[in-house]
Formats: sequence, C-alpha cells, structure tokens
Amino acid sequence: MKTLRIEELSKNFGSTEVLRKINLEIDEGNFLVLLGPSGCGKSTLLNIIAGLETINEGNVHIDDYNVSKVEPKDRNIAMVFQSYALYPSMNVRENMIFGLKQAKVSKEKIEEQLEKVSRFLQVDALLERKPSQLSGGQRQRVAIGRALVREPRIFLFDEPLSNLDAKLRVEMRREIKKLHQQLKTTVVYVTHDQTEAMSLGTNIAIMNHGVIQQNDTPENIYNKPSNTFVADFIGSPSMNLIKGNLKESSNKISFIANGSNVEIPINGYNFNEKSNLNNKEVFFGIRPEHIFFKKSNESDFEITLKADLSEYIGHEQIMTFNYENQEVLAKFPSTIKIELEKNTNLFFDLTQISLFDAKTEERI
Amino acid sequence: MQDKLQASYKQLEMKSKYTNMFLRWFLYFALILFALYFIFPLYVMVVTSLKTMEEIRQGTLLTWPSGLNFDSWAVAWGGRGYGAGDTFLRPYFWNSFKMVIPAVFFSTFIGAMTGYVLTKWRFKGDQWVFLFLLFGCFIPFQAILLPMARTLGVLGISNSIIGLVLVHTVYGIPFTTLFFRNYYISVPTELVKAARIDGAGFFKIFFKILLPISAPIIVVTVIWQFTQIWNDFLFGSTFSFGKAAPIQVALNNMVLSSTSVKEYNVDMASAIIAGIPTLIVYVLAGKYFIRGLTSGAVKG
Repeated sequence: MKTLRIEELSKNFGSTEVLRKINLEIDEGNFLVLLGPSGCGKSTLLNIIAGLETINEGNVHIDDYNVSKVEPKDRNIAMVFQSYALYPSMNVRENMIFGLKQAKVSKEKIEEQLEKVSRFLQVDALLERKPSQLSGGQRQRVAIGRALVREPRIFLFDEPLSNLDAKLRVEMRREIKKLHQQLKTTVVYVTHDQTEAMSLGTNIAIMNHGVIQQNDTPENIYNKPSNTFVADFIGSPSMNLIKGNLKESSNKISFIANGSNVEIPINGYNFNEKSNLNNKEVFFGIRPEHIFFKKSNESDFEITLKADLSEYIGHEQIMTFNYENQEVLAKFPSTIKIELEKNTNLFFDLTQISLFDAKTEERI
Repeated sequence: MQDKLQASYKQLEMKSKYTNMFLRWFLYFALILFALYFIFPLYVMVVTSLKTMEEIRQGTLLTWPSGLNFDSWAVAWGGRGYGAGDTFLRPYFWNSFKMVIPAVFFSTFIGAMTGYVLTKWRFKGDQWVFLFLLFGCFIPFQAILLPMARTLGVLGISNSIIGLVLVHTVYGIPFTTLFFRNYYISVPTELVKAARIDGAGFFKIFFKILLPISAPIIVVTVIWQFTQIWNDFLFGSTFSFGKAAPIQVALNNMVLSSTSVKEYNVDMASAIIAGIPTLIVYVLAGKYFIRGLTSGAVKG
C-alpha cells in the first residue's frame, strides 16, 4: 500500500498544459520534495493533492483510496503555506484548533491535542497572541502546529521557508528535518531551492514544464542525473556539459571534445546501453567539484587548460577555464593560487562523470 | 585659501538657511489662506443662524451676532407650532435615518460578499461581471430614474422609505463591490485555501476569516455610502414626496417654498442640521478613512 499514488495525472488551465501525465508514488514515512524552476507545475501538483485544484485527467489515491473528487477537508491531509496563511483575526490558539472545531472534535480531545502540539513546537507561551505579534519563525511554527494538530496522513508544504531570511531559513530547515525524523509522517514538500530539497528529501522529484524529469534519492539525482536538465539544475555552479564525440576502438572508449584532439578514456563509465557508441555526439558532464588541482585518484585524467576568470567566494573560488572555446568551471579551495591566462594542469575525476546523448539529452 | 573656502561655505550655509525660512513662511501663509477660504462659508452659516432677522437686515455677512440666539434652530428643527404649511426638519431627519441605515447596511454587505466572490471564488467570466459592475459606477443618476420609477411602481413601494432603501442599495452596489474587491485582492488567497483544508465552507470563510479583517474597508464604504445616501437629493425628490421624503428634500421645500419673508437664519440652521450627521461620521471614522483607502496598496 502506498500512502500517496498519483497516476496519469494531467491538468490544464484553458489551453495551457500545466501537468502532463504525472505518475508518482510515495511510501509511508517518506519525504518527497517536488523541485523545479518557477512555473514548472510543482505548486499546482501540490494543490491537486490537497484537493484545492480540480483534475483534468488521472487520479490521486491516498492509502489506496481514490480521493480525486473528495473535498480537501476529508482527504486527511494538512498543508503549510508560504505566506503561513494564519487567520489574522484569531490568536494562536484559535488558529491551531480552527480545523478541529470545524470537524466537531470533542472539547477534551481538542485541548489535549493543542497542549501536546504547542509544547512540542514550543509555542505554548504564545497561545494568546495574534499572528501579527509573532516573528517570522514563530509564525512558521504556528502554521506547522496548525497542520500537526490534525494528525494528518500526509503533510503538504508549499515553499514554507521562502519568506524567511537566510539565517532563519537554515534553522527552520533543520527543525522540519527533525520534526520528520520524530513523527515519521509522510511529507510532500514543494520548493525551488535545491539545497532545501537535497537536505530534506528522502526522494526528490525534479519537474520541468509539467513533466517529472527524475524521481530519485538525492544521491542519485546528484551523481546520476537522468538528463541534461537535471544535471544543469542541480549543483551550484551546475555541471559542466562539454560537447564532443565518443570514439570506440578495440574495447576502448574515449571522449573527444569538439575541436580538441585529446582523448579522454572513459572505459570505467557505466553505460545504460553499450551499443552504437562510436562517433555518437554526446555531452560530457563533470561537476566543478570533481575537477582537482592535484592528482588524488589513480584514474584521474590530467589535462592542461587556461583560466579565463576567477570568482573568489571566501571559503572557495570558482575558476572558469577555456576548453577549446567551451567554458569549464572548477571549484577549488581559496588557498590555491591559479594565475589567469597561464597553462594549468587539472585532474578530472573520471569516476564521477555523466554522459548524455546530445540529441535526446538523456543519460546514456 | 583654506579660510577663504570656509568663509564661502559659511555664506552658502546662511543663504540656504534664509531660502528655507522664506519658503516655510510662504507655505504657512498659503495654507492659512486656503484654510480661511474654506472655513468662510461655514462661518457665515453659523453666524447667520445665530442672528435675529433684524440683525441680518442691519449688519453685513461677517458681523458677529449680538448673542447666542438659538431661536432659529428651534424653528428649523421643531417648527412654529401652527398647523398647515409649517415645514420643519424633525420628522424628515428621522426619515433619512430610516433610509440611510438599512441602505448603507445592505449595500455594504452585498458589496463585501460580491467582492469576496470576485477575488476568492473565481469563476469563468468573473472579470466580465466585475467590468459590468464597474459600468454601474459611471452611469449617471438621471439615467436610471425612469426604469427605477417603473420598478418601484411594479413592486408597489414607490413613495416609501423602503423604496428609497432599495434604490440606494442597488445604486451603491457597484461602488461597494469595487471597494471590497480591491481590498480582498490584496488578502492572500492562501488564507482561503488553508480554511478550506480546515473544513470551513463558503460562508464560514467569509464571516470568520475575511470579515473580521475588513474593518478598514468597511469604514471607508460606510462613510462613502452614508454621505452619498444622506446627501442625495435627486432620488429622494423623484421617488418620494410629502411625509416619506428624506431630509434633503424637506430642506429644499423649507427653503424654497416659504411664502413670506426669507428667513435666512432658519435656512442656515436647517442646512447645518442637515449636514451634521455626515460631519459626525467623518469625525468618528475619519482616521480609518485614509487608512482604509490606502491599505489595499500595502500588502496585509
């Protein structure tokens, strides 16, 4: 039994297709992050799970029960919004128990829930305050509390940290993570922030143009992106995608960048399908953090490039190299001195590369 | 060199100081002039209403009255006590209240409801509905006189206060809807979503969540509607006469239909009495008025 199962879901607003044939499953207790650029349909998908938007095609199942036409309040879900959406005229207590009162839960049960949750979230001292008298972090906590008292099967978070300042965002991120570890409730969490997605999710579904590009663990998303969109979207700066061709000869496979004659041996690469590789146009993907200044692995490939640009960030520096007129970014500790416009020896960690078909942009 | 520079700075400093001082005095002067200009008619009204007819004939507009003589106020409010032809304001004053209170209430309430639907329960073609409602704001009073007279006749409520309540409610809805719609559009829709998940329905969300935060715009709407309806003369004079007339119509009858000598003191007192309720509304709620008008612009 899957806690949440979405099958063949499509949604359009008028003639605009927002979601296209979405299939998604979440196991009990998992933390699924919907990640993507703005306008990719992730918030619409969350609203559909909540029942706040109608569906054009497909179904949503919660605990194997088709809830596609069920009212939001009867779906056994709770939602936390970006703007907190606390009712301005009610104090914290009224805000938190509003849902339970609507559901006609008994007074004793309401009090019990309120006390448990408010103590758990450390808002028990704030119960009589109005939302306008709370700080951003406190509001966020109350909003989570309002969701918690309902004891839902699934928590839905719609960019809950986007309104907080940078420092508080990191703190609240940790709190949400702790919360999930303690409660083990299933979560669907929408964000456009990849750090948030990577640190919180047990699974990440990356979306673009209403389609799920990859749904996988954070490790696989980072190490084995399934197409160039994912490769480019995750990581900062994003993965270098060097255009070139494959060359296969007598059991040896290598990559040659456009305009270059250096053959980079990629025998160790784990191809999805090992046929028709010769002369295939590909993107050679390597993350800036996998390019080194000193040789660290036996298999590292040494290459000589010239640096064009240096960006100092404090704990690290990002250098831009020119590889036959293609930009290659590399990340180094800021203690290393690299001179611009001079030949520099670099080492590519070939165990960490990704290869993509240049035409389909899919991983090969 | 250094000294020279310093001296010239001193000079510039003084110059800017004098310029500023001059501009400031000029500003005060202009403001005081405008204030006098606006307060002048009120002064004449109050002063005249406190004079006897004798004083009015002998003095000028600006002369101070000989004493506090409220006789003309009493006449304006309660009449002279003889039977036929004695028009005074008291019954019509209450007529106006009987008209203005329900009309303001209903038009505000309906406007709030419509604004709520147009922003939080969007439906296909809702912009068109709003656009047509906006047209209502631009239709001149005169254009709806005939159809409205017919409607009131069919409903059998012409020449009654209920009829006037209906007219003012209907005519007020475009304005009140505009106010509430613009206010509610700045209220995050996530509030409604949260309430729906919490299990609140259409009316509960309106009464429990939106209405309690609508105080500023309610004040604006009430002031606007109260002033409009209280000061209305056209609808009142068209759709009512005799005993059902509101105060503005009675005021007109009083001032224009006197057969004998023009009693300026009574006229002035009557005009002030007719204007007092709107003044009170402004004084009581005025500070919310500006706040409510601008609050839509700032995110709540």
